[in-house]
Amino acid sequence: MEMPIPNPAVLARKDRVVARLLQVLPSDAVISDVAETRAYECDALTAYKCAPMVAVLPASTREVSDVLRICHEEGVPVVPRGSGTSLAGGALPTADCVILGVARMNDVIETDYANRIIRVQTGRTNLSVTGAVEEDGFFYAPDPSSQLACAIAGNIAMNSGGAHCLKYGVTTNNLMGVTLVQMDGTVVEIGGGYLDAGGLDLLGVICGSEGQLGVVTEATLRILHKPEGARPVLMGFDDNEVAGACVSDIIKAGVLPVAIEFMDRPCIEATEAFAGAGYPDCEALLIVEVEGSDAEIDDQLARIMEIARRHNPVELRESKSPEESARIWLGRKSAFGAMGQINDYMCLDGTIPVSSLPFVLRRIGEMSAEYGLRVGNVFHAGDGNMHPLILFDANKPGDLELCETFGAEVLKLCVEVGGCLTGEHGVGIEKRDLMHVQYNKDDLEAQMAVKDVFDPQWLLNPAKVFPLDASDARRRIEMAAQ
Amino acid sequence: MMTPQSEKELAGMIAGATGPLAVQGGGTRGFAGAGDVLCSAGLAGITLYEPGALTLVAGAGTPVTEIEAALAAEHQRLAFEPMDHRALLDTTGTPTIGGVMAANVSGPRRIAVGAARDFALGVRFVDGTGRIVKNGGRVMKNVTGYDLVKLMCGSFGTLGVLSEISMKVLPAPETEASLVIGTELAEQAVAALSRALGSPFEVTGAAFLPDRGAVVRIEGFETSVAYRLGALEGILSGFGEIERLNADASHALWRGVRDVQPFVGRAGDVWRVSVKPGDAPGIVAALPEGADYMLDWGGGLIWVLCAAGTDLRAKLAPFAGHATLVRADAGVRARLGVFQPEAPALAALTQGVRARFDPRGVLNGGGVKAA
Ligand SMILES: Cc1cc2nc3c(=O)[nH]c(=O)nc-3n(C[C@H](O)[C@H](O)[C@H](O)COP(=O)(O)OP(=O)(O)OC[C@H]3O[C@@H](n4cnc5c(N)ncnc54)[C@H](O)[C@@H]3O)c2cc1C
Ligand SMILES: Cc1cc2nc3c(=O)[nH]c(=O)nc-3n(C[C@H](O)[C@H](O)[C@H](O)COP(=O)(O)OP(=O)(O)OC[C@H]3O[C@@H](n4cnc5c(N)ncnc54)[C@H](O)[C@@H]3O)c2cc1C
Repeated sequence: MEMPIPNPAVLARKDRVVARLLQVLPSDAVISDVAETRAYECDALTAYKCAPMVAVLPASTREVSDVLRICHEEGVPVVPRGSGTSLAGGALPTADCVILGVARMNDVIETDYANRIIRVQTGRTNLSVTGAVEEDGFFYAPDPSSQLACAIAGNIAMNSGGAHCLKYGVTTNNLMGVTLVQMDGTVVEIGGGYLDAGGLDLLGVICGSEGQLGVVTEATLRILHKPEGARPVLMGFDDNEVAGACVSDIIKAGVLPVAIEFMDRPCIEATEAFAGAGYPDCEALLIVEVEGSDAEIDDQLARIMEIARRHNPVELRESKSPEESARIWLGRKSAFGAMGQINDYMCLDGTIPVSSLPFVLRRIGEMSAEYGLRVGNVFHAGDGNMHPLILFDANKPGDLELCETFGAEVLKLCVEVGGCLTGEHGVGIEKRDLMHVQYNKDDLEAQMAVKDVFDPQWLLNPAKVFPLDASDARRRIEMAAQ
Repeated sequence: MMTPQSEKELAGMIAGATGPLAVQGGGTRGFAGAGDVLCSAGLAGITLYEPGALTLVAGAGTPVTEIEAALAAEHQRLAFEPMDHRALLDTTGTPTIGGVMAANVSGPRRIAVGAARDFALGVRFVDGTGRIVKNGGRVMKNVTGYDLVKLMCGSFGTLGVLSEISMKVLPAPETEASLVIGTELAEQAVAALSRALGSPFEVTGAAFLPDRGAVVRIEGFETSVAYRLGALEGILSGFGEIERLNADASHALWRGVRDVQPFVGRAGDVWRVSVKPGDAPGIVAALPEGADYMLDWGGGLIWVLCAAGTDLRAKLAPFAGHATLVRADAGVRARLGVFQPEAPALAALTQGVRARFDPRGVLNGGGVKAA
């Protein structure tokens, strides 16, 4: 993966930059020691590492603004960071950058049940947002599997999704307002406790902008009352295609489950060996979960099972209790861990139209044979967001590169059938150079034009999202000024 | 009037424009901006509909009724419940999906499922320089690059002219029903609506019609609707007398809320005020003498009918939210501005984005001007 060459003029100014940062932050919030900055050298895409020049941990919007103003004046690139769980390298530093971590900003500012909103500082973890309201029966709906660790900051930047987004939507559908600090230190309030923010929907474009438009320090999020209950049904099929058809029939029948999860044979076998959830021996497995009162759940599951029966399932297991539900979810929840036991893996995130599911799974199988790398598929079938896990051996020379080439081919296939490169993990550096597969020059220009407005010098997380050759001229603006 | 028949032709017309263009779909918004009318009605037709994937792709000029008919045949619908402005604004014309998205038109169900922008999956448009741009796609989860789809929704044709939209659709429910709670004051009504919206029963409409009472809607399978109505009656009984509305009565009532029926045919200006639901009673108390109002979105959307020429923003200031002038004559619109002015830092960003997408300021006269 190519990264821009660090700007020597910036590196030469390190001492001055550190001294200025120390004027606005307490000393324990400025990390400039070479050994200590290494703690920030990567996110969850651990194949790529680079320690930053400096890392800072501001504790307020005011401090964030001061840091950005200084970096702006000094021409230093800034990479915002939440919890560092990005799978796309979104928080990967460059050697000449300041990492701006919001981990110290994790307060709940306001909970308002009457208006069903919560306002938090964005360093707060996803799960602890729900944690702040669950005693009163409420929850924050977007639930990435990384929710114990990931921060609202990263969720907003990546527009993260979760297993339950089929019903509740992803981050952007649950975000009502933000405090955004622009690269020059300007603080902007966008949206709030009301549904329609006036003017252009800037909130909509900030969500998912991968830390390139500004640093989000506070957010107003929609909270909901918890459903009365939830229970899944597990179904096994001896053919991927049949499982795909079953998903489509369930959706057409007017039942809208909260989640429809899909696992294929390699993944079922790996999780069985790892977690022993008692999954059937079959080609494809679906977990379909619905919500409501007990009677409502019974009714919906009955409808879903009736549809499933028409597709000759090899197994149909309805949960009747919390214990049975936990057992059904056990394998799915340990799927990534199970695959990790076998080998190193790369997790892809392309989305495809649900109708192309059987074709895409067949092609991935063929490609797996061609590349000689095993693949397990586990994904959100209701919305077509695939997560093929390609297994490789990091210690074997050339294996990572082979895996990356294979992964790129799979993502191209997703785009070919009408889908996209990434459904919830973001572009980061990982898919940056594939962007031209999905978007032409004009499409990318229109997106970069938005960054030009928010960050004219391209100092915020500049080497991400857009292919380096496409953003080259813009990234040189600042270099030329120095 | 220019009515391009293809995206390419549209691009040529914009690139070649020498003066301002008034972008129009079905023209039901009742007034044309300055300049030559550029109508997207020729870019019509549903190009893809996959009920099993809950996705539909259509030309921007496609009539909303055509889309709704295609969806109804598969027991699906546009869940964000776009309103029909024609009666309120006393206009004619055929509302188009492009106009709906460009104005982010969303009805009562917005509180439960989201706005038009939440159902837009992808767009194709031509910006003010004549450049053809696509963004998003036709899949339900997509974080590939910036979300310009949201930016285009609600941009009122000031950033580009939409040529194609792909959207997420949802199953239509088996049935619906509503409860009318006999509350007289906005404060009680908002408290009742808030109680209902804060319950696990998935209310899909929460309005207050001062002559009628607070209304909550439930949709879904027959047995489920019956169960939830009962449960809601239980938690709302303390707020007033409760009346049940069956499917037909419920449907008619919500159609009226959606289209602001109580104000149709009555003189005066119509405003749309967006606030935190809990702030609604305070706003209502501050309305000028003689004004009428109704609440939707649990109190978060206040429709106000007041004497022509009233500067409602000045009367309510300062308040957290925004007020849009939906119906007024040209003089009043010019004097008060259709949209709430934005704070300087935000306004600078908005102007910056406009200047990038339409550097010559040809589209809708460089924007529907704020006061
Ligand atoms: C095991 C595992 C499971 C996962 N499961 C899911 C899943 O189910 N669904 C899903 O969507 N993702 C998932 N992810 C990916 C990841 O957790 C999400 O992308 C998450 O939102 C990142 O949050 P973070 O706080 O760790 O952000 P970071 O990794 O720190 O940063 C991510 C991006 O956000 C930017 N950023 C951070 N803070 C700010 C800020 N304050 N202002 C502006 N930009 C900022 C960064 O610059 C970077 O581009 C998973 C990851 C792992 C490791
Ligand atoms: C003063 C006023 C304010 C309004 N404010 C709101 C509001 O805040 N929220 C709301 O939900 N509704 C609002 N409306 C109503 C809304 O504009 C229409 O109901 C809806 O757009 C009907 O579709 P149409 O095809 O008739 O659109 P039109 O009336 O033709 O156009 C509506 C808007 O969309 C633009 N437009 C139309 N087609 C395209 C296209 N293909 N590409 C790009 N732009 C296009 C137009 O320039 C115009 O700004 C308002 C109406 C008025 C009169």
